Amino acid sequence: MIDTALFYVFALMTLGGGILCITRRNAVHAAIWLIASLMGVAGLFLLQRAEFLFAVQIVLYIGGIMVLFLFVIMLINLDTAAAERQYSGQWKLALGAVVLAGGEIAWVMARGLPGLGAAAAVQDGGEGGSDGNVERLADLLFSEYLLPFEIVSILLLAAIVGSVFLARRRTS
Amino acid sequence: MPDGYLPIFVFLPVAILFPVVTLFVAKLVRPSQPTPSKLGAYECGIEPASNSRGRYTVRYYIVAILFVVFDVETVFLYPWAVRYKQLGWFGVAEVAVFLAILIVGYVWAYKKGAFEWV
Repeated sequence: MIDTALFYVFALMTLGGGILCITRRNAVHAAIWLIASLMGVAGLFLLQRAEFLFAVQIVLYIGGIMVLFLFVIMLINLDTAAAERQYSGQWKLALGAVVLAGGEIAWVMARGLPGLGAAAAVQDGGEGGSDGNVERLADLLFSEYLLPFEIVSILLLAAIVGSVFLARRRTS
Repeated sequence: MPDGYLPIFVFLPVAILFPVVTLFVAKLVRPSQPTPSKLGAYECGIEPASNSRGRYTVRYYIVAILFVVFDVETVFLYPWAVRYKQLGWFGVAEVAVFLAILIVGYVWAYKKGAFEWV
Protein backbone atom coordinates (compact mmCIF):
# COMPACT_ATOMS: atom_id res chain seq x y z
CA MET A 1 0.00 0.00 0.00
CA ILE A 2 2.62 2.53 1.09
CA ASP A 3 4.93 1.17 -1.61
CA THR A 4 2.32 1.88 -4.27
CA ALA A 5 1.79 5.40 -2.96
CA LEU A 6 5.56 6.03 -2.89
CA PHE A 7 5.90 4.64 -6.41
CA TYR A 8 3.45 7.21 -7.73
CA VAL A 9 5.20 10.01 -5.82
CA PHE A 10 8.58 9.06 -7.30
CA ALA A 11 7.17 8.44 -10.77
CA LEU A 12 5.56 11.89 -10.68
CA MET A 13 8.90 13.37 -9.58
CA THR A 14 10.76 11.60 -12.38
CA LEU A 15 8.31 12.46 -15.17
CA GLY A 16 7.46 15.95 -13.94
CA GLY A 17 11.12 16.83 -13.47
CA GLY A 18 11.93 15.42 -16.91
CA ILE A 19 9.17 17.39 -18.64
CA LEU A 20 10.13 20.61 -16.87
CA CYS A 21 13.79 19.93 -17.72
CA ILE A 22 13.23 19.75 -21.49
CA THR A 23 10.81 22.69 -21.61
CA ARG A 24 12.94 25.24 -19.73
CA ARG A 25 14.63 27.90 -21.87
CA ASN A 26 17.20 28.66 -19.19
CA ALA A 27 19.84 25.92 -19.26
CA VAL A 28 20.60 26.26 -15.53
CA HIS A 29 16.90 25.87 -14.64
CA ALA A 30 16.76 22.78 -16.86
CA ALA A 31 19.75 21.32 -14.95
CA ILE A 32 18.00 21.94 -11.61
CA TRP A 33 14.85 20.14 -12.82
CA LEU A 34 17.01 17.28 -14.06
CA ILE A 35 18.22 16.91 -10.46
CA ALA A 36 14.58 16.59 -9.33
CA SER A 37 14.01 13.94 -11.99
CA LEU A 38 17.13 11.99 -10.97
CA MET A 39 16.01 12.13 -7.33
CA GLY A 40 12.76 10.46 -8.39
CA VAL A 41 14.72 7.72 -10.16
CA ALA A 42 16.79 7.24 -6.98
CA GLY A 43 13.56 6.75 -5.03
CA LEU A 44 12.35 4.19 -7.58
CA PHE A 45 15.63 2.27 -7.18
CA LEU A 46 15.11 2.22 -3.43
CA LEU A 47 11.58 0.89 -3.86
CA GLN A 48 13.07 -2.01 -5.87
CA ARG A 49 15.46 -2.72 -2.95
CA ALA A 50 18.41 -1.75 -5.13
CA GLU A 51 20.12 0.17 -2.36
CA PHE A 52 23.48 0.29 -4.10
CA LEU A 53 21.97 1.85 -7.22
CA PHE A 54 20.13 4.29 -4.95
CA ALA A 55 23.43 5.41 -3.43
CA VAL A 56 25.16 5.51 -6.83
CA GLN A 57 22.31 7.58 -8.26
CA ILE A 58 22.70 10.18 -5.49
CA VAL A 59 26.50 10.21 -5.27
CA LEU A 60 27.36 9.90 -8.97
CA TYR A 61 24.47 11.32 -10.95
CA ILE A 62 23.15 14.03 -8.66
CA GLY A 63 26.57 14.75 -7.13
CA GLY A 64 29.01 14.17 -9.97
CA ILE A 65 27.35 14.19 -13.38
CA MET A 66 25.31 17.29 -12.55
CA VAL A 67 28.55 19.12 -11.71
CA LEU A 68 29.80 18.22 -15.19
CA PHE A 69 26.52 19.43 -16.73
CA LEU A 70 26.74 22.76 -14.92
CA PHE A 71 30.39 23.13 -15.98
CA VAL A 72 29.43 22.51 -19.60
CA ILE A 73 26.65 25.11 -19.30
CA MET A 74 29.26 27.54 -17.96
CA LEU A 75 31.78 26.63 -20.66
CA ILE A 76 29.54 27.26 -23.65
CA ASN A 77 28.59 30.78 -24.52
CA LEU A 78 24.86 30.79 -23.80
CA ASP A 79 24.22 34.13 -25.50
CA THR A 80 25.55 32.72 -28.76
CA ALA A 81 23.76 29.41 -28.22
CA ALA A 82 20.42 31.15 -27.66
CA ALA A 83 20.75 32.96 -30.98
CA GLU A 84 21.34 29.68 -32.83
CA ARG A 85 18.55 27.92 -34.68
CA GLN A 86 16.50 25.75 -32.28
CA TYR A 87 16.43 22.07 -33.11
CA SER A 88 12.79 21.63 -32.12
CA GLY A 89 11.79 20.44 -35.58
CA GLN A 90 12.86 16.88 -34.79
CA TRP A 91 9.56 15.79 -33.26
CA LYS A 92 9.05 13.09 -35.89
CA LEU A 93 12.33 11.44 -34.93
CA ALA A 94 11.49 11.85 -31.23
CA LEU A 95 8.05 10.32 -31.73
CA GLY A 96 9.62 7.33 -33.48
CA ALA A 97 12.07 6.87 -30.61
CA VAL A 98 9.27 7.08 -28.04
CA VAL A 99 7.16 4.49 -29.90
CA LEU A 100 10.19 2.19 -30.18
CA ALA A 101 11.10 2.49 -26.48
CA GLY A 102 7.45 2.16 -25.40
CA GLY A 103 7.00 -0.95 -27.54
CA GLU A 104 10.14 -2.44 -26.05
CA ILE A 105 8.90 -1.86 -22.48
CA ALA A 106 5.43 -3.23 -23.35
CA TRP A 107 7.03 -6.33 -24.86
CA VAL A 108 9.13 -6.99 -21.75
CA MET A 109 6.11 -6.44 -19.49
CA ALA A 110 4.01 -8.83 -21.56
CA ARG A 111 6.65 -11.54 -21.22
CA GLY A 112 6.86 -11.00 -17.47
CA LEU A 113 9.87 -10.91 -15.18
CA PRO A 114 10.80 -14.63 -15.55
CA GLY A 115 11.37 -13.87 -19.23
CA LEU A 116 14.41 -11.88 -18.18
CA GLY A 117 17.26 -14.12 -17.07
CA ALA A 118 18.95 -11.36 -15.12
CA ALA A 119 15.94 -10.50 -12.98
CA ALA A 120 15.63 -14.09 -11.78
CA ALA A 121 19.26 -14.17 -10.68
CA VAL A 122 18.78 -11.09 -8.54
CA GLN A 123 15.74 -12.52 -6.83
CA ASP A 124 17.51 -15.74 -5.80
CA GLY A 125 19.28 -14.39 -2.73
CA GLY A 126 16.75 -11.61 -2.38
CA GLU A 127 13.89 -11.52 0.07
CA GLY A 128 14.83 -14.50 2.24
CA GLY A 129 18.32 -13.55 3.35
CA SER A 130 18.93 -10.89 5.97
CA ASP A 131 21.70 -9.42 3.83
CA GLY A 132 20.91 -6.36 1.83
CA ASN A 133 21.68 -5.50 -1.74
CA VAL A 134 24.96 -3.71 -0.91
CA GLU A 135 26.26 -6.60 1.21
CA ARG A 136 25.66 -9.15 -1.55
CA LEU A 137 27.22 -6.83 -4.10
CA ALA A 138 30.29 -6.40 -1.86
CA ASP A 139 30.65 -10.17 -1.46
CA LEU A 140 30.62 -10.64 -5.24
CA LEU A 141 32.80 -7.62 -6.00
CA PHE A 142 35.56 -8.59 -3.60
CA SER A 143 35.66 -12.27 -4.49
CA GLU A 144 34.42 -13.30 -7.92
CA TYR A 145 34.86 -9.94 -9.64
CA LEU A 146 38.17 -9.06 -8.02
CA LEU A 147 40.09 -8.51 -11.25
CA PRO A 148 37.42 -6.30 -12.91
CA PHE A 149 37.35 -4.26 -9.70
CA GLU A 150 41.10 -3.63 -9.91
CA ILE A 151 40.86 -2.92 -13.65
CA VAL A 152 38.32 -0.17 -12.88
CA SER A 153 41.11 1.74 -11.18
CA ILE A 154 43.17 1.53 -14.39
CA LEU A 155 40.14 2.84 -16.31
CA LEU A 156 39.81 5.74 -13.88
CA LEU A 157 43.55 6.39 -14.20
CA ALA A 158 43.09 6.60 -17.98
CA ALA A 159 40.26 9.11 -17.43
CA ILE A 160 42.54 11.27 -15.25
CA VAL A 161 45.39 11.17 -17.78
CA GLY A 162 43.04 11.81 -20.70
CA SER A 163 41.34 14.84 -19.18
CA VAL A 164 44.59 16.43 -18.00
CA PHE A 165 46.18 15.80 -21.40
CA LEU A 166 43.26 17.20 -23.42
CA ALA A 167 43.02 20.42 -21.44
CA ARG A 168 46.76 20.95 -21.03
CA ARG A 169 48.23 24.39 -21.41
CA ARG A 170 49.76 24.91 -24.83
CA THR A 171 53.43 25.60 -24.30
CA SER A 172 54.71 26.79 -27.63
CA MET B 1 10.66 -0.72 0.29
CA PRO B 2 13.49 -1.83 2.57
CA ASP B 3 12.91 -1.13 6.25
CA GLY B 4 15.00 1.48 7.99
CA TYR B 5 14.34 4.17 5.42
CA LEU B 6 11.32 5.56 7.25
CA PRO B 7 13.32 8.40 8.90
CA ILE B 8 14.38 9.58 5.44
CA PHE B 9 10.79 9.77 4.29
CA VAL B 10 9.88 11.70 7.43
CA PHE B 11 12.87 13.95 6.89
CA LEU B 12 12.29 14.54 3.16
CA PRO B 13 8.96 16.42 3.37
CA VAL B 14 10.27 18.44 6.33
CA ALA B 15 13.39 19.39 4.33
CA ILE B 16 11.29 20.38 1.31
CA LEU B 17 8.63 22.25 3.30
CA PHE B 18 11.03 24.18 5.56
CA PRO B 19 12.44 26.61 2.95
CA VAL B 20 9.06 26.92 1.19
CA VAL B 21 7.19 27.77 4.42
CA THR B 22 9.98 30.06 5.65
CA LEU B 23 10.09 32.07 2.43
CA PHE B 24 6.29 32.26 2.25
CA VAL B 25 5.87 33.41 5.86
CA ALA B 26 8.71 35.91 5.45
CA LYS B 27 6.98 37.33 2.37
CA LEU B 28 3.75 37.79 4.37
CA VAL B 29 5.44 39.45 7.32
CA ARG B 30 8.12 41.72 5.85
CA PRO B 31 7.41 45.19 4.46
CA SER B 32 8.33 45.65 0.80
CA GLN B 33 9.61 49.11 -0.20
CA PRO B 34 12.41 48.51 -2.71
CA THR B 35 14.60 51.44 -3.70
CA PRO B 36 17.45 51.32 -6.25
CA SER B 37 20.08 51.46 -3.52
CA LYS B 38 18.40 48.62 -1.61
CA LEU B 39 18.37 46.41 -4.72
CA GLY B 40 21.98 47.20 -5.62
CA ALA B 41 25.06 45.44 -4.30
CA TYR B 42 26.12 46.24 -0.75
CA GLU B 43 28.77 48.88 -0.30
CA CYS B 44 31.37 46.15 0.18
CA GLY B 45 30.36 44.56 -3.14
CA ILE B 46 31.56 45.50 -6.60
CA GLU B 47 29.11 46.34 -9.37
CA PRO B 48 29.31 43.53 -11.97
CA ALA B 49 31.26 44.64 -15.02
CA SER B 50 29.69 42.13 -17.41
CA ASN B 51 27.33 39.17 -17.58
CA SER B 52 28.50 36.34 -15.34
CA ARG B 53 27.49 33.78 -18.01
CA GLY B 54 30.59 34.39 -20.04
CA ARG B 55 32.93 31.68 -21.30
CA TYR B 56 35.28 30.06 -18.85
CA THR B 57 38.61 28.49 -19.65
CA VAL B 58 38.41 24.76 -20.32
CA ARG B 59 40.94 24.18 -17.56
CA TYR B 60 38.16 24.58 -14.97
CA TYR B 61 36.60 21.52 -16.55
CA ILE B 62 39.53 19.29 -15.52
CA VAL B 63 38.72 20.02 -11.90
CA ALA B 64 35.15 18.82 -12.53
CA ILE B 65 36.32 15.70 -14.41
CA LEU B 66 38.81 14.82 -11.67
CA PHE B 67 36.04 15.30 -9.10
CA VAL B 68 33.83 12.81 -10.96
CA VAL B 69 36.72 10.31 -11.23
CA PHE B 70 37.26 10.36 -7.47
CA ASP B 71 33.49 10.30 -6.98
CA VAL B 72 33.41 6.96 -8.85
CA GLU B 73 36.25 5.78 -6.61
CA THR B 74 34.14 6.60 -3.54
CA VAL B 75 31.25 4.53 -4.92
CA PHE B 76 33.55 1.50 -5.00
CA LEU B 77 34.68 2.10 -1.43
CA TYR B 78 31.07 2.04 -0.23
CA PRO B 79 30.46 -1.77 -0.56
CA TRP B 80 33.87 -2.36 1.03
CA ALA B 81 32.91 -0.20 4.01
CA VAL B 82 29.66 -2.17 4.43
CA ARG B 83 31.50 -5.54 4.42
CA TYR B 84 34.68 -4.29 6.11
CA LYS B 85 34.66 -6.73 9.04
CA GLN B 86 33.88 -9.84 7.00
CA LEU B 87 36.49 -9.07 4.31
CA GLY B 88 39.24 -8.42 6.83
CA TRP B 89 42.82 -7.84 5.70
CA PHE B 90 42.08 -9.36 2.30
CA GLY B 91 39.67 -6.52 1.60
CA VAL B 92 42.16 -3.96 2.88
CA ALA B 93 44.81 -5.32 0.49
CA GLU B 94 42.40 -5.24 -2.47
CA VAL B 95 41.35 -1.68 -1.79
CA ALA B 96 44.97 -0.67 -1.17
CA VAL B 97 45.90 -1.83 -4.69
CA PHE B 98 42.83 -0.05 -6.07
CA LEU B 99 43.70 3.19 -4.30
CA ALA B 100 47.43 2.97 -5.08
CA ILE B 101 46.74 3.02 -8.84
CA LEU B 102 44.48 6.04 -8.45
CA ILE B 103 46.92 7.87 -6.20
CA VAL B 104 49.51 7.51 -8.98
CA GLY B 105 47.07 9.36 -11.24
CA TYR B 106 46.42 11.98 -8.59
CA VAL B 107 50.13 12.63 -8.03
CA TRP B 108 50.71 12.78 -11.78
CA ALA B 109 47.89 15.29 -12.26
CA TYR B 110 49.24 17.32 -9.33
CA LYS B 111 52.75 17.36 -10.81
CA LYS B 112 51.32 18.40 -14.18
CA GLY B 113 49.77 21.39 -12.44
CA ALA B 114 46.17 20.38 -13.14
CA PHE B 115 45.05 21.78 -9.79
CA GLU B 116 46.73 25.14 -10.27
CA TRP B 117 44.15 27.86 -10.58
CA VAL B 118 44.67 29.68 -13.84
